[in-house]
Amino acid sequence: MNGTNLFKIALKAINNNKMRSFLTMLGIIIGVASVITMLAIGQGSKQSIKKNISEMGSNMIMINPGADRGPGGARQSADEMQTLTLKDYQDIVDQAKYLSAVSPNVSSGGQLIFGNNNYQSSVTGVSEGYLTIRQLTVESGTMFTEADIKSAAKVCVLGKTIVDNLFPSGADPIGQVIRFNAIPMKVVGVLKSKGYNSMGMDQDDIVLAPYSTVMKRVLAQNYLQGIYASALTEEMTDIAIKDVTNILRTNHKLKEGEEDNFSIRSQEEISSMMTSTMDMLTILLACIAGISLIVGGIGIMNIMYVSVTERTKEIGLRMSVGARGIDILSQFLIEAILISVTGGVIGVLIGIGLSMLMKTVLHWPVSIQAWTVLLSFLVCTITGVFFGWYPAKKAANLDPIEAIRYE
Amino acid sequence: MDNIRRDFVVGEEVVHALRGVSFTINEGEFVTIMGTSGSGKSTLLNILGCLDTPTSGEYKLDGTPVRTMSKPQRAILRNRKIGFVFQNYNLLAKTTAVENVELPLMYNGSVSARERRERAVTALQRVGLGDRLNHKSNQMSGGQMQRVAIARALVNDPAVILADEATGNLDTRTSFEILVLFQELHAEGRTIIFVTHNPEIAEYSTRTINLRDGKVRDDVVNHKILNAAEKLATLPVNDD
Repeated sequence: MNGTNLFKIALKAINNNKMRSFLTMLGIIIGVASVITMLAIGQGSKQSIKKNISEMGSNMIMINPGADRGPGGARQSADEMQTLTLKDYQDIVDQAKYLSAVSPNVSSGGQLIFGNNNYQSSVTGVSEGYLTIRQLTVESGTMFTEADIKSAAKVCVLGKTIVDNLFPSGADPIGQVIRFNAIPMKVVGVLKSKGYNSMGMDQDDIVLAPYSTVMKRVLAQNYLQGIYASALTEEMTDIAIKDVTNILRTNHKLKEGEEDNFSIRSQEEISSMMTSTMDMLTILLACIAGISLIVGGIGIMNIMYVSVTERTKEIGLRMSVGARGIDILSQFLIEAILISVTGGVIGVLIGIGLSMLMKTVLHWPVSIQAWTVLLSFLVCTITGVFFGWYPAKKAANLDPIEAIRYE
Repeated sequence: MDNIRRDFVVGEEVVHALRGVSFTINEGEFVTIMGTSGSGKSTLLNILGCLDTPTSGEYKLDGTPVRTMSKPQRAILRNRKIGFVFQNYNLLAKTTAVENVELPLMYNGSVSARERRERAVTALQRVGLGDRLNHKSNQMSGGQMQRVAIARALVNDPAVILADEATGNLDTRTSFEILVLFQELHAEGRTIIFVTHNPEIAEYSTRTINLRDGKVRDDVVNHKILNAAEKLATLPVNDD
């Protein structure tokens, strides 16, 4: 008995029952198609989030005052919140080796007023490096200069949302003087719009001013709320964090074994946090789709089982003309595998088609990856073997005498 | 075949289907095995066809002892040495005549696809269905289906052809057509064992074994063999 003949016999049997074979396949088709589509959506969202985060600046390092207590550790005193100073900023600028840009961060909330329009927002005090770190560009006008920082000039650069709210008539804001609370500030530039980020935050709701201005004229404080920096490359983020940690520990005169009184986070950490959330969502989607694949498998088992009973006489005949148990077993197993693999192929095609459709019609971020296709294909083959085995075994164990006389 | 016994356990009772049956069938014989239902006919046929093994006694087919063989070994033996013809034809549905006849050879790996096809076509031509090779089983009459079944039994060139009530489902004329075919095959030197309860058929075979209650009642050689072809000529022609 050779494999080719068994294959032919199985193919013939499927062909003789086209409708039934197709309906059996349908379970697998739906299962595989949904697994592929779900995973494509999951992977797509994950990639789009990653992209959004890197747009925010994937090399970004955030230095915050106070020790990192992790979630739930709310033990920060006011004193602890004042550990970052301008000297720290200056030393990082002067000494840190792996950074492309550094900017202090101080911000104050309040009301922005121009004419009879007002808007509730906040002013962020930064240095010029902030543009590099956050990957912002000035669309019209200019960024404030080093000289503006030195003189704590009352100038600002506005985001698109602010412009829209304060200048609803569409007038050019450059050169106009707006008021932040009671402080007049001259608009020198407008930032290019970045839209919403993946977490739904409006990245254009932003007012940038020299940090010196915010510290002296708005907040009247001599400590920083944070320092933002950008590593030279994403890979250098870790080493840059170590470098900055050393500089700050020296500055803060922390002894060996003493806890940091500041915390450093990289965008990468946040990004991995986000992607792990997305991964969980993807797994959830895949599980739901996987269940439908299992249901499809049970469908195969059900049909094959009925088919064994229905074809008892045929099995008896095959045995009487010399088919061994193993031949019958192989035939039914091959049938089950053929059905599930064919269903798998169709399912893959439909899954890919559906994903593409979502991409073009709904503009959802989808991404089909080779491993998801491979995985679902593998799973449906295993399904075929697993669920085909029992009915096949039953067929092989039939008594030929009873089988051939079965009515 | 020597002192064959076959017991079945039904519930707590032991049913003795065969209580010591012995006979030898030589090559080239056309033997009818007769008996009423319950006589052990079917059981004997199953044992002769290597579908079942005797509880005790020895059965040799073409010199090979069968009783100690495993199931797969018996399957191969059936494939090479035995041709079955059943009462209800047992053809595969939605399958052409040629494919039905090819079936036994499909389970014989040493026969190539081309040889298989050639042998199937030859066998079909032998039974007079050379013009119906690609008819499907549901497009044929009972007589034609039985011819396909006989071709299927011939295709592996078996040591013995076992027919189980092969004419039981056919009308008189068609029965005789089939009987003519069996006589022709016998004339070619094939060994045929025909199991039936119809005493008429026995008149066309060379030897009759009568079974009763699991034992051989008598075993007679038929000296006055009737010619089925002559009888067929006297029968009225079917309207179709």
